Amino acid sequence: MWQFFHKLGSPKWFYGIATRLMPWLLAAGALLLLSGVVWGLAFAPKDYLQGNSYRIIYIHVPAAFLAQSAYIMMAVAAVVTLVWRMKLADVFVKAVAPVGLWLTFLALFTGAVWGKPTWGTWWVWDARLTSMLILLFLYGGVIALGRAISDEKSAARATAVLVLVGVVNIPIIKYSVEWWNTLHQPATFKLTEKPSMPPEMWVPLLLSVLGLYLIFGWLACIRMQSEILIRESRTRWVRELVMAGRN
Amino acid sequence: MAFESLSAFIAMEGHGPYVWTCYAVFFLCLVALMLQSLRRRRALLDEYRRALAQRDRAARDNARTAATFTRVDVPQD
Amino acid sequence: MHPIRKKRLTIVLVLLVGISLAVGLITYALRQNINLFYDPTQIASGEAPLDARIRAGGMVEEGSVIRDPNSLKVEFRITDFNRSVPVEYTGILPDLFAEGQGVVAMGRLTPEGRFVADQVLAKHDENYMPPEVAEALEKSSGGQHKAGGMASPVVTQ
Repeated sequence: MWQFFHKLGSPKWFYGIATRLMPWLLAAGALLLLSGVVWGLAFAPKDYLQGNSYRIIYIHVPAAFLAQSAYIMMAVAAVVTLVWRMKLADVFVKAVAPVGLWLTFLALFTGAVWGKPTWGTWWVWDARLTSMLILLFLYGGVIALGRAISDEKSAARATAVLVLVGVVNIPIIKYSVEWWNTLHQPATFKLTEKPSMPPEMWVPLLLSVLGLYLIFGWLACIRMQSEILIRESRTRWVRELVMAGRN
Repeated sequence: MAFESLSAFIAMEGHGPYVWTCYAVFFLCLVALMLQSLRRRRALLDEYRRALAQRDRAARDNARTAATFTRVDVPQD
Repeated sequence: MHPIRKKRLTIVLVLLVGISLAVGLITYALRQNINLFYDPTQIASGEAPLDARIRAGGMVEEGSVIRDPNSLKVEFRITDFNRSVPVEYTGILPDLFAEGQGVVAMGRLTPEGRFVADQVLAKHDENYMPPEVAEALEKSSGGQHKAGGMASPVVTQ
């Protein structure tokens, strides 16, 4: 177990594994996401109340779900950075934060466009929407802080602390619709109950969520590789890798 | 198929503009992010390759000048 | 575990617990501001202020919608199945507005307890279903239970 942990901390080992994993992540992710989206757009039945506008759910929910999952993963990596000082954990935080920012933006954007025809407004300052906007700012803050501090080790620790401070926002996003009165409806999917949706609607949604998850994995891999290349540019293995002319 | 025709599919009973805007922005952003990530890694590798090649050339030039020096030193005995 | 790592882990955990506690207390203290709207019970019991723009949220009571034939004025009652509040509004209603559906109205409360709204938003619940299923569900419950609306334990009784 400790040996595995050590290997996981080795940038060279990770770079090789990522290169081998990435084609599969991309192929499976694109296939799942596209089939989920096509199914949801063209074949799933329309909703009795919202009509066809609800089809936005097939990208809105994956984006929102990944935006939060990515933050939780970043928080785990932040603990590893602070306690074990593992370099790769900080590489993950730095590589994934911009992806999280974009996913949060997409969740907010698709939500706003969906809100107009259903609720009658683009935006409302309810607890769900506001906490999601705070998540966007947290991602922005993590990126900015990482760039503002030039010393790599100080930057890693400072961003790790910020990521950890921000993680309290995640349960707030999740439970905002239960703790307070909001315009946003409660979750359709709960761990303990069956979804409040028939299978012909939730199966395509599940596909697109899984697909985006794999694409996120691909993005995390390639961005971590870039970050590793920058940090390890003087090492022998990077030189050999570059000379070999392969990725 | 939940729609009778292609035009019905595009119109989505009046919700078309909302739905299609969302999907267009979503996929544009996602693909742009993926391409940017790919290009960044390629740029880094290219940059290092160029730097290494330059260093090799410099090393070779150095070696040649060093060699001429040794030849000059030879006929002393 | 190495004692230094153990110490760092403890610091991280204390940090997390501390922040959660602080944020928990702040959101608890501000809960009335975080709530988007007052429900009819709160309004009827006088919890909502009279001199400020507030939001009122609830379900449009069945059979309570009266549309003025000459203007866009509409009157209805919103209910949480405990108390209900009369609302009047002049303007275009969202597509999803219907009896038995959730709404959030923005406006002022008159001293007589009427709510004069200047904006009405539709609120839907987390249930999605094809139109045929919704119809069948409504038929089987004899029209008593309209599918959708605000998910409330009272609705399912």
